[in-house]
Amino acid sequence: MRSNNNILVKLKNAGYQLNGKFLVEGVSLEVQKGKIVTLIGPNGSGKSTTAKIALGIYKKIDGKIEKYTDKVGYVPQKISIDWTLPIRVNDFMILTDSISNEQIEEALSLTGALHLKNKNLGNLSGGEFQRVLLARAISKKPELLVLDEPVQGVDFTGEIALYELIKKISEELNCGILLISHDLHTVMSATDHVVCLNGHVCCSGSPTDVAHNHEYKALFGEQASKTLTIYEHKHDHVHTNEGDIKKN
Amino acid sequence: MFDDFFIRALFAGIGVALVTGPLGCFVVWRRLSYFGDTLSHSALLGVTIAYTFQFNLAFSVFIISALIALILIQLQKKTNLPGDALLGLLAHSSLAVGLVVIGFLSFIRFDIMGLLFGDILAVTVDDLLIIWVGGAIILIVLKLIWKSLFASTVNYELAEAEGLNPDRAKAIFTILMAAVIAISIKMVGLLLITGMLIIPAAMARNVSTSPIQMVFYSIIGGLLSVILGLYSSLEFNTSSGPSIIAASLFLFILSLLRIKQTARLKN
Repeated sequence: MRSNNNILVKLKNAGYQLNGKFLVEGVSLEVQKGKIVTLIGPNGSGKSTTAKIALGIYKKIDGKIEKYTDKVGYVPQKISIDWTLPIRVNDFMILTDSISNEQIEEALSLTGALHLKNKNLGNLSGGEFQRVLLARAISKKPELLVLDEPVQGVDFTGEIALYELIKKISEELNCGILLISHDLHTVMSATDHVVCLNGHVCCSGSPTDVAHNHEYKALFGEQASKTLTIYEHKHDHVHTNEGDIKKN
Repeated sequence: MFDDFFIRALFAGIGVALVTGPLGCFVVWRRLSYFGDTLSHSALLGVTIAYTFQFNLAFSVFIISALIALILIQLQKKTNLPGDALLGLLAHSSLAVGLVVIGFLSFIRFDIMGLLFGDILAVTVDDLLIIWVGGAIILIVLKLIWKSLFASTVNYELAEAEGLNPDRAKAIFTILMAAVIAISIKMVGLLLITGMLIIPAAMARNVSTSPIQMVFYSIIGGLLSVILGLYSSLEFNTSSGPSIIAASLFLFILSLLRIKQTARLKN
């Protein structure tokens, strides 16, 4: 069955419906070792749903999913810690896997969150919490990393640094990354493949041709353009307010 | 050594507290206190079946409570009623049916007060055996599902995505709840078992900064409550269950002072 040994997860025409309504449908994509796939699209376009299908959180799906790894690291889009639970960053790091203290500290210092190690999880700011979430996901050295808006709430310089880190992780661990961008037009320049969603796959392709976009360079400077890039694309159809698809 | 009823009660209580400590933490974290109430109220039905058919009491209570838990899960899936309404429905109807059946069993002398509020005089050597062996099994199983159960308590999707099978952990935990009710019914009584689960854990929450610490303090709190409660039960000739729960309330109030102190330190 396994045609390509580098494939970690593969969706074939996958979809998920809730109460008879499709949240997303007809998604085909694959994440390979050492490759970064970025999902972009407006709010409610099914990015997180697609990630949850790939992760196996949603089980009753349409279409097919093939998954070839169990070593998964996940940064969910939102997570709320109940105040009834006394839990420090250190406890959170070993939530799903037993890792050594050195590994915990290494991962936390990579994301710039080592000073938070003994803090209560409920007392962190949004940006601090994102750094801890990312540290937890990479600390277990996963084969597949699914990052749902991993840099939301992080300041701009921190954002560049974290994207730099994600790129480094994908090279060092040779893991596949499924990344959901919080910005419709911004994707990492290290991205191998971009999928634009809006309830279905609107378009997809490689972002390399826009890597040196002049407008972007002018806006954010040389350093930023090495890490981030604008993904310019045109659609051959528009979505009406009723949810119908209209060809241009 | 176990000839003296008080020594038996003390050891039974210690065994119960060792198990309710960690389980109680999960009841608090997962907001299951009314679920615990429902299971323990349904225990009365288990008691009547045990008396009618001469079954072992703890075993019969365990089976009925587990059955009620299963019915609850099915009702949650198949009806549009909110969870608390379903819990109330099952809690009160199983309590009512249990009491009606007791009314029919006029040929057996029942100590209703003992069933509802616990009776230290009723603890036999056999009960001790059930509490300690059953308790050990419950703790071993809890240790096995700990990682999965705790991870899914923090975040279900994270646990599911990273391969920890939270649904299985939840189902096993439900069975453990039925088991802990079965082994503590004689000690604490079926109306107060949830108190034994929640109050020491709530006390522990006030003084803990990590999950393991909370489990530890919850066990300590439960042990102190049992010892204090049983001695006062002996001294003042009161029911064992209410005495133990009152003692745990006393500890909870003490833990509130600690919160005040840390709040003052922060300012």
